[in-house]
Amino acid sequence: MGMTMAEKIIAAAAGESEVKAGDIHTVELDRLMSNDGTTHLTIDMYNQLKEPRIADVNKLVWIVDHNVPCDSAKTAASHKKMRDFAKEHGIRFYEGAGVCHQVMMEKHVTSGELIFGADSHTCAYGAVGAFGTGVGCTDYLYAMVTGKSWLLVPETLRFNLKGKLNDGVYARDLILSIIGMIGANGANYMAMEFGGEGLKTLNMSDRIAVCNLCVEAGAKTALMEVDEITLEYLKAHGREPKYCFVSDGDAVFAHTYEIDLATIRPIVAKPHFVDSVVDAKECVGTHIDEAFLGSCNNGRIEDLRVGAQLIKGKKVHPLVRFLVVPASAEVYRQALSEGIIDTFMEAGAIVMNPNCSVCWGSCQGVIGENEVLISTGTRNFKGRAGHKDSFVYLASAATVTASAIKGEIATADLI
Amino acid sequence: MGKIFKFHQDVDTDQIIASQYIIYPTIDEMKMHAFESLDADFASNVREGDYVVASENFGCGSSREQAPAVLKALGVKAVVAKSFARIFYRNAINIGLPVIVCKDLYDNVNAGDEMELFMKEGVVRTGGREFECTKLPEYMQGILDQGGLIASLNK
Repeated sequence: MGMTMAEKIIAAAAGESEVKAGDIHTVELDRLMSNDGTTHLTIDMYNQLKEPRIADVNKLVWIVDHNVPCDSAKTAASHKKMRDFAKEHGIRFYEGAGVCHQVMMEKHVTSGELIFGADSHTCAYGAVGAFGTGVGCTDYLYAMVTGKSWLLVPETLRFNLKGKLNDGVYARDLILSIIGMIGANGANYMAMEFGGEGLKTLNMSDRIAVCNLCVEAGAKTALMEVDEITLEYLKAHGREPKYCFVSDGDAVFAHTYEIDLATIRPIVAKPHFVDSVVDAKECVGTHIDEAFLGSCNNGRIEDLRVGAQLIKGKKVHPLVRFLVVPASAEVYRQALSEGIIDTFMEAGAIVMNPNCSVCWGSCQGVIGENEVLISTGTRNFKGRAGHKDSFVYLASAATVTASAIKGEIATADLI
Repeated sequence: MGKIFKFHQDVDTDQIIASQYIIYPTIDEMKMHAFESLDADFASNVREGDYVVASENFGCGSSREQAPAVLKALGVKAVVAKSFARIFYRNAINIGLPVIVCKDLYDNVNAGDEMELFMKEGVVRTGGREFECTKLPEYMQGILDQGGLIASLNK
């Protein structure tokens, strides 16, 4: 019987010729990413092991991105623990290089790999056809010590994309639309696989944005078919694919969706759920206090270009704080060379160093009681961006920038 | 018997333990903030052996293991929900916190009711009634029985 992409990657990692959804297998992991959200706890557990050991230190990548630069003495203690351990054990370590998933995409991930990341948005790696999945620190520690883990082979939801997104509509609108359609647990325990002619109209930045957010529908992983765009991206970053799998013609999907990209419209996800999506026009005029352009979902150079083009020659509304946070140092430097940072600063935006920022609500830029944020971040859960009684709307870089200019939710065509 | 603390559907991990606390050095330092946004008194009221009962998709959102860990540290005996989000479910099993799927319990109990979970039999008893639960797959029950995933590394 045919296999899906997810089944093929797991079969290869398990050393089996065939696996099927519902099986549990022991797999060999290719890469293990962890950040400052949980690594301090991983280290504590590691130190309590009877025989602490690391199976293969070359598989480990540790990235300080959630609270960088450090914002309190408690965080400093957690960071120091992580930094010292990485140095002592020779673990590849980044601090200030950017949001973990962007750094992983720029420097490490390749097609066909099976990757555990101690962060839910690890499913972003599917943009290059890698099986990335979020785990907790106990799972991470077990894999760090043994090089292996157990995995339940997921069923797959297949998304056939056709056509192309209209001008002013972005990959962010596409994935928010899909999450709205299938719901916050619509892909729970499943893989979301994307293919079809329409995929070829999405560049790597678009693909990362789509895969990264699939966990908001509950997905275990997201996977995109490897094509020329993938191979060019890997080549430009000095990497070769491990495997280039596509699903077999007779692979079994739990459900297949046909998506015409031309039907997607600008979307806003309202508080407090990512699947609470409406046409952006329905939110026009909603009061905001802060706007955020950044995150592993939408802080790449392509997103900053969209914002800069809209705001060039205009000003941020005087009652709004507009935070612009490039997703990585590489993105930041590219934005500098293109004059984009200058454009944002000229307009009155607050440009910050690459980090997770207000997207995770415990770094610079958090919002206060009853305040409203419009964001290109990953989540709009209650209190996600700061005070428990505050509100987050999710939208594209264009809608967020337009809103920063207007001082209320606005779509780009209103600027 | 333990007391029921009842929560709605799509309870995300940010509500179980908010971002600003998860970077605290230890679980003990963060546990008093569990469910702070939904029930500010939860951490001080919950007792060893009490239960969390919820509707669909409990624990959606982030992979923070601090979410099941603070509940376990506060003495929660098990979380019984209509369904769980994937990462929370896996994390809970890995640290030895039972997570039990029971489709009918949520709509038939109130916060503050007393209940008892009989995991091996796969039933919950409360108010003279009995509700059937989905038994854990053998592999996962094995992890729970040995006291969590890390226990196997120390054998």
